[in-house]
Amino acid sequence: MTVVQFVFYLFALTLLTGGVFTVVSKSPVHSVLWLILSFLSGAGLMVLLGAEFVAMLLIIVYVGAVAVLFLFVVMMLDVDFAELRAEMASYLPLALVIALVLIMQLAMAFGTWELGGGVALHDTPVGTPEGSGAHNTAAIGLLLYDKYFILFQLAGLILLVAMIGAIVLTLRHRKDIKRQDVLAQMYRDPAKSMELKDIKPGQGLTE
Amino acid sequence: MVELEHYLAVAATLFVIGIFGIFLNRKNVIVILMSIELVLLSVNINLVAFSAFLGDLTGQVFTLFVLTVAAAEAAIGLAILVCFFRNRGTIAVEDVNVMKG
Repeated sequence: MTVVQFVFYLFALTLLTGGVFTVVSKSPVHSVLWLILSFLSGAGLMVLLGAEFVAMLLIIVYVGAVAVLFLFVVMMLDVDFAELRAEMASYLPLALVIALVLIMQLAMAFGTWELGGGVALHDTPVGTPEGSGAHNTAAIGLLLYDKYFILFQLAGLILLVAMIGAIVLTLRHRKDIKRQDVLAQMYRDPAKSMELKDIKPGQGLTE
Repeated sequence: MVELEHYLAVAATLFVIGIFGIFLNRKNVIVILMSIELVLLSVNINLVAFSAFLGDLTGQVFTLFVLTVAAAEAAIGLAILVCFFRNRGTIAVEDVNVMKG
């Protein structure tokens, strides 16, 4: 067994173990941690394939942003997860049947699948096409900022819409706390807000 | 020798695990969202494997777009979840249809 094979099976095994425990573990916090393990192993597989840029992006985006977002939400919401898991046993048979059917379908499709004519597979995975001479990241950049530039901009637009949507959905104005109203302060008229009275000695202020 | 079929088998298994998780945790919407992330990860592995073995970078560029959509979906999904929890005090998804409008 070569080193590449050993590393592949190690990452594949960790990936699938992480996936299974993400799905079946008791606490959602554990689920998130298993999910992070899965993402890291997936990134490892991608490094093995020569796609370093996508692998590092996977770690930054999934582990650094998405998984931490999940962790925040899981810890922020005070939910009784034991209650939610009570009926899990009753869902298990249907889920197993669906998983079995799906894996059989995939195996059947896989058995009859063959490469189309004129397409040749490489023996080993290549990070960059031949002749470009550039590093994987540079090659992706050349492709992304040139041929797929409109799609790249649209991806940015999707992220913008998602950001605004998430802010609008979770923003709330609480009525029960006092806040500073800057406009009201600025428009306040000094002449009306203060009054000078001439108080006679010995009489005081009579209203 | 690790070939394309090995990667495809791993990705297919991960895909099935993700679908299994969606049906197993039908009440717990957080785990459903995590299962969807697993499914998208398996799709990404498929795309990158084909891209690497065909020597064509288009698959890796497409992976970036899948990654973008996955991140946006997670953010919006969790925002809806927080909103729902504030209104209802629970995240059981079976009575989501009360949240009309």
